[in-house]
Amino acid sequence: MTALLNIKALNAFYGQVQALHGLEFTLDEGSVTTLLGANGAGKTTTLRAICNMVRTTGAIEFDGAPLTSRSTENIVRLGIAHVPQGRGTFTTMTVEENLQLGAITRSKSGVASDIERMYAHFPVLKQRHTQQAGTLSGGEQQMLAVARALMLRPRLMLLDEPSFGLAPLIVRDLFKILGKINREDKVTILVVEQNAQLALEIADRAYVIETGRIVMSGKANEIADNEDVRRSYLGY
Amino acid sequence: MELLTNQVLAGIATGAIYACMALAVVMIYQAIDHLNFAQGEMAMFSTFISWQLMQWGLPYWVAFLLTLAFSFAGGIAIERLLFKPLAKAPILTNVAGFIALFAIINSCAGLIWDFTIKQYPTPFGSAPFLGSQLISTHQAGMIGVTVLLLIALYVFFRYTRIGLAMRAAASVPESARLVGINTSWMIALGWGMAAAIGSIAGMLIAPVVFLEPNMMGGVLIYGFAAAVLGGLTSPFGAVIGGFLVGIIENLAGTYIPGVGNELKLPIALALIITVLVVKPAGLFGRPIVKRV
Amino acid sequence: MSAVQEVTAVPALEAVPRRAMTLGAGTSLIVLALLIAFPLFVKNFIIFQMTMLLVYGLAVLALNILTGGSGQFSLGQSAFYAVGAYTSAILMEHAGMNYALTLPVAGLVCFVFGFLFGQPALRLSGVYLALATFALATAMPQLLKLGYFEHWTGGVQGLVVTKPDAPEMVQSVLSWVHLKMSQDMWLYYFTLLITMAIYIFSVNLLRSRSGRAFMAIRDNEIAASAMGINVALYKTLAFGVSAGITGVAGGLGAIAVQFVAPDGYTITLAISLFLGMVVGGVGWLPGSIVGSAFIIFVPNIAEGISKGLSGAVFGVILFLVIFLVPHGARQVAMVAQHLLDRLKRR
Repeated sequence: MTALLNIKALNAFYGQVQALHGLEFTLDEGSVTTLLGANGAGKTTTLRAICNMVRTTGAIEFDGAPLTSRSTENIVRLGIAHVPQGRGTFTTMTVEENLQLGAITRSKSGVASDIERMYAHFPVLKQRHTQQAGTLSGGEQQMLAVARALMLRPRLMLLDEPSFGLAPLIVRDLFKILGKINREDKVTILVVEQNAQLALEIADRAYVIETGRIVMSGKANEIADNEDVRRSYLGY
Repeated sequence: MELLTNQVLAGIATGAIYACMALAVVMIYQAIDHLNFAQGEMAMFSTFISWQLMQWGLPYWVAFLLTLAFSFAGGIAIERLLFKPLAKAPILTNVAGFIALFAIINSCAGLIWDFTIKQYPTPFGSAPFLGSQLISTHQAGMIGVTVLLLIALYVFFRYTRIGLAMRAAASVPESARLVGINTSWMIALGWGMAAAIGSIAGMLIAPVVFLEPNMMGGVLIYGFAAAVLGGLTSPFGAVIGGFLVGIIENLAGTYIPGVGNELKLPIALALIITVLVVKPAGLFGRPIVKRV
Repeated sequence: MSAVQEVTAVPALEAVPRRAMTLGAGTSLIVLALLIAFPLFVKNFIIFQMTMLLVYGLAVLALNILTGGSGQFSLGQSAFYAVGAYTSAILMEHAGMNYALTLPVAGLVCFVFGFLFGQPALRLSGVYLALATFALATAMPQLLKLGYFEHWTGGVQGLVVTKPDAPEMVQSVLSWVHLKMSQDMWLYYFTLLITMAIYIFSVNLLRSRSGRAFMAIRDNEIAASAMGINVALYKTLAFGVSAGITGVAGGLGAIAVQFVAPDGYTITLAISLFLGMVVGGVGWLPGSIVGSAFIIFVPNIAEGISKGLSGAVFGVILFLVIFLVPHGARQVAMVAQHLLDRLKRR
């Protein structure tokens, strides 16, 4: 399996503070990978670094193309969709407009049918498609954010704590859909999560990050069985 | 009653001026999320350019179109050169930048064309409109152009992809970048469009208030007030706001005792602010509810 | 249909850390020494300009408390300045009050005026508050010209204010060392004294509980009220204090300039004070005097460079300043501090 995303010796900085120290990992095409860690470990920073939203040194390659010198919008145009923490919905615009915005860099062909596919994945969005996005509940906004990311027809999707603030049943549904998208649409997924249990269930590979460094990596089911991980992140 | 109707109609006529300016104000607000105090001066300068072109022999509509193009390009140039470097600076510093721009443009216009009042032609003629004593054909033309502009803007923002992208970039810039929008260029585009609309406003207003470097001072304030009254997110609100401001200004001057010409402005503003205290997002603006 | 947005947006006014609100003790003493010593070496006119420097410095300081401290934007300070100026002038010329006593009165009148204005302003913020204060500033010269008040205000002509002499006591002490104190010099030291007092008061205010309340409101009003801060009280208090200080400045200005007239207090003054605040560094109290210097001297410099294009030159200079130091004089001070620290470590 080819490596779609290749990260080498990545350091990231917020002003003078260094948040990532020599991070290294790869994502295989078509896989689901999860990045686990406690608060402040550097999970969000990693995703932001991939999209060049934070100052970095080191190398990030997407399908052979270097990302570190491109602007965020150009990185997105390469086919990387990022669902940020807090969802980043366009709250003053309607649900449908949010979906249209997801596809704004594509040509017009296929957009309308893709929107219908999103409504098939997430029926509640269809119900609310003329409502202002800001009036949707947390779970609905999360689905909207994921749908918007999918409208890009991305090759890689980055999700930052999609379970945050959501009821467990909703999170289950969301992760089921993510799995479906990975299998059917062949979208490579990197999901950052504090909810380790669920993430490990759908992932192929897992990395554990602590204070800006990768401390463990391996197949998801092996990581799930690991004593230390179970004690620190799974609670048993 | 007759006096009231007359004053209301007269207010609508002058209100067209404010409505047009208010459209430019809303345009820039949509793009950059704040108000550009130099908007009026840019409009004035554009109007002078068109006047100069006509002095050099070009017919009205040629001068009009050339000025429109020049203003659009000029707006983009000003943003790229002067305000892009300030993008990371605090808002108040940007406001100081607008004030500096105001001073520069006003001063240059004064030097190039001096401060004597000049006549400015109207393509609509100044005969009474449909025989009415209160509205001239020019004023009717102004109202017509303003409404056309409004429709054009509405279509642009609601139904075009680039309009959608602009709204997104102004609303949540980080998310806009995450869908691949170049937010920096959206801002430049917004400036260009605002400058172009402002130039139209200037060219429509000049026949009424006469062309001179300080012509836009009062108009800009009323334009702001109108935009705020209508709701800064709504071009439709801006136009309605403009007409309302014109009416309020006239009625205040006529009916409130002791209010001469000088106090019209503060009274009008005071009334507008009273409306805002009741409806903080303006008459047609979308109220923003903050979720904590 | 209302739009719901989460309050994670960056606040419009950047927070100035408490420590950075003032100069260090050493620097303060040096500046103070300079301010006390220099009048002995220069002509009266320069002394007069320095007095005006302090006066406008006070006005900018007041704006710094309001905007940098409590986060409320105001383009209306010229109105409070005018009320202070006229209060002093009217009391001196119509009631024969001693000039020094008019200042606390001017301050109090303006405090009340500001506090009252702060009430309706509570529901407004940002661009809306800017418009409201703008309305106030444009209304003031017109109100001062109103025929109704002409008997007191002198109408369009305004009032002439008598310049005070240095007090008997000071004159007699100085005569022992064969020195005479001119009116300008006395006025300068008098203004300096008041400025220092107000500066110290302001620094302490911002360090106090009230100051912390202001800053909490500035940074996140909802959180502040959720913590039990009486937002309405503190916001109006901030307006009141700011207006009061501006009023005292206005009174001092009236005495120094020896005259008050409506057209001396237009929106241009309000805009200048705003620019002074930005150039000095929003919320940085010591910067007020740098801002004041900018608005007094740079227009003159601009006119000197080109009479016809003085506005344009001023604009260009202003742009240069904000490009180089977007955070104003505070940025220069911080860089200087940084360099000093690195030198000390060697």
